[in-house]
Amino acid sequence: MKRFEPRKIGLALIAPAVAILVAFLITSLVLLVMGDPVMDVWRTMFQPPLPRHYVAMLNSATVFYLSAVAVAIGFRMNLFNIGVDGQYRIASFAAAVFAGQAWLPGFLNIIVAIIVAMATGGLWAGIAGYLKVKRGVSEVISTIMLNAIATGLVSWLLAKARDPESIGSNEVHTRTIPESSQLEGLALVPGASQKVYTLLLLAILVGFAYWFVLGKTRFGFDLRATGQSETAAVASGVNVKRMTMTAMVLSGAVAGLVGMPLLFGVYHNYGTTFQPGLGFAGIAIALLGRNHPVGIAFAALLWSYLEVQSNALQIQAHVSKEIVFIIQGVILFAVVIAYEVVRRAEVRMEQVKVARELAEKEQTVPAGQGASA
Amino acid sequence: MSATLAPAASDEVRTAPKRRRRLPIWFWPVAVVAGIFILAVLRVVTGANDLASSGLIGAAIALAVPIALAGLGGLWSERAGVVNIGLEGMMILGTWGAAFFGYHMGAWMGIVGGMLCGIVGGLIHALATVTFGVDHIVSGVALNITAMGIAKYLAARFFTGLPGGGVTQSPPLPALPRLSVPGLAGPLGDLEQKRIFFVSDLAGVVRGLTTNISAFTIIAVLLFIGTFYFLWRTPWGLRLRSCGESPVAAESLGVNVIKYKFLAVTTSGALAGLGGAFLALVAANIYRDGQTGGRGYIGLAAMIFGNWRPGGLAAGSLLFGYTDAARLRGGGQTVHALLLAIAVLLLIVAALQLRRGRRTQGYIAAITALVVGLVYFFTDTIPGELLGATPHITTLLVLAFAAQRLRMPAADGQIYRKGEGH
Repeated sequence: MKRFEPRKIGLALIAPAVAILVAFLITSLVLLVMGDPVMDVWRTMFQPPLPRHYVAMLNSATVFYLSAVAVAIGFRMNLFNIGVDGQYRIASFAAAVFAGQAWLPGFLNIIVAIIVAMATGGLWAGIAGYLKVKRGVSEVISTIMLNAIATGLVSWLLAKARDPESIGSNEVHTRTIPESSQLEGLALVPGASQKVYTLLLLAILVGFAYWFVLGKTRFGFDLRATGQSETAAVASGVNVKRMTMTAMVLSGAVAGLVGMPLLFGVYHNYGTTFQPGLGFAGIAIALLGRNHPVGIAFAALLWSYLEVQSNALQIQAHVSKEIVFIIQGVILFAVVIAYEVVRRAEVRMEQVKVARELAEKEQTVPAGQGASA
Repeated sequence: MSATLAPAASDEVRTAPKRRRRLPIWFWPVAVVAGIFILAVLRVVTGANDLASSGLIGAAIALAVPIALAGLGGLWSERAGVVNIGLEGMMILGTWGAAFFGYHMGAWMGIVGGMLCGIVGGLIHALATVTFGVDHIVSGVALNITAMGIAKYLAARFFTGLPGGGVTQSPPLPALPRLSVPGLAGPLGDLEQKRIFFVSDLAGVVRGLTTNISAFTIIAVLLFIGTFYFLWRTPWGLRLRSCGESPVAAESLGVNVIKYKFLAVTTSGALAGLGGAFLALVAANIYRDGQTGGRGYIGLAAMIFGNWRPGGLAAGSLLFGYTDAARLRGGGQTVHALLLAIAVLLLIVAALQLRRGRRTQGYIAAITALVVGLVYFFTDTIPGELLGATPHITTLLVLAFAAQRLRMPAADGQIYRKGEGH
């Protein structure tokens, strides 16, 4: 097999492009049917972003990226970790409580808190892994249930671990992290007073580790092999149960990182206003980015572009910003369908190619030998 | 779900197909009476008087119906071999449809509207999975994300500015009629008040089942009976199920597999949409963003719990509805009382497992029973924040103990392409 095939790469890029086009058309149609101003909506969505908007996009893309990588680790092994949502919330809570205690000085506090978050996320995902391996419970159902349980557990623990100073105020949160452990951010975008999360670096690191571990190590090969064909993996000596457990815990550990840029960069504590729903966005982005470390990055940027640009819709176009959910949803559907169509087209191309090569070979082989085949 | 079929279970089915006897006809009535008896004992022991009251039973049924309808949708789809995690999204569409049509055209049209919007969700899922062969779970998850967005947009677009409506909620909706069996409520109510052991509990359950029942609940019961009859007693049902067991074999007998799968998933959407309509029209009398709260997923879990059969699904839905009602009405104390029942049940499980020589499972069950028992004796109530997770914890526990004994349709979740068997 050749390493570089322009036709294949072209096909891979066609799918998302078609999906975005379809989303554009369908959303226009929806707006038209509902009697909303189509042109105003697109003018708002496509207007050039201000510097502070670029910062906002980079920031939310960072969080989306981490969430999508967590989901993608599962996807590569045919595991559906729908529970990233619960995992990151419970892990952020644990890290916030730990960092809020300020047992360690400055930077060390951040490092250990991040490890605490990874351990908590991994543990929470490990419950689903255990249930799948030992009890045969589908991870799809168990992770969804664990999301709801995490919600209850976190709000119960939050009431116990709330900052004594926040009693009496409406917003309940954990003890605020000492200033020496807060990250004020990087001034990456010129002309913007807001700063980009320092932990953007963490997202890049995670993306690199994801590419390396899954693409370049034996462990990653085994993991992908198990995802593609369990029987083949067993034949090559992979312990599927252990692999399932490892992949689940790993996915949960990365999910634990999702809240870290938010915790150290914005909120500095875990409270009732901590951003929810990032896990589900991660699923969409992982699907859109096709589990590829670079693909996910583009998908995360697209997602955050749509999110940031839609904020002006209500004011400028008098259309509720919820229309962006429809755009995202249609992109998602169009892209999964397009990928499947492209995959089938690829398989067919491959079959035609192999058939042609075999036919050529048969012509060169003497007739007596060829007849037996 | 592809994963619930553990290797051990499939071996068991293959080597000893007739090991599990059919339950005799008197099993279910006896089980119900025994259940009421256990509740009566529990009520006397713990002093939680709400355990078998007519109010709690009524609430349990109202909470069970949306779960049951979603699960019934799942049953149709998965019996035809399409895993339907998109039930949640179809339900969300149903809540909006019911609110929109219900507000403008009356409650009965609300039911139709919920069903139609659910059908739209079903068609999308069918198009993606059956026509284009997208992975069933991917399509389902995508549908859930999309449906939530569509409902939010449509709610903001159509309910803002209506009296009592807003960006995230609809105006109050017209109510459906409620029915009672005449002449039962009064005497049974008196009997229930007297708190006689077992007799009052039985009266409470019967009263809860016969008074103030929504017409929608009766429709749901009829849909269950209809589904059972259609899927297990008609040739069309047999063909539909054959698509879920072995599509290639079905195709070779001349069944149009694609058509059956498409119809099954669409019906599934209609039923899940009805579940959503029930939430909007009966349970809340209003549409609210995020109203379904994961009930589609619980419906799917109830269906798995029910071993892909309508009767088991109904029992599972009632179990989830009951725990949910216990938490909503009685709060911490009623759920706390149920802990004792769980501890005793786990002890029985442990004894059975040990008798069969399964030591590990037996010890795990015994230790869990001990822990639950200790929690019961050392606490007085369950904190409110954790109560919200009661149905989910129940789901997880039930699946953890039951998943290996279940058998799903053999080709469930597999992607089928026409002519692939040749």
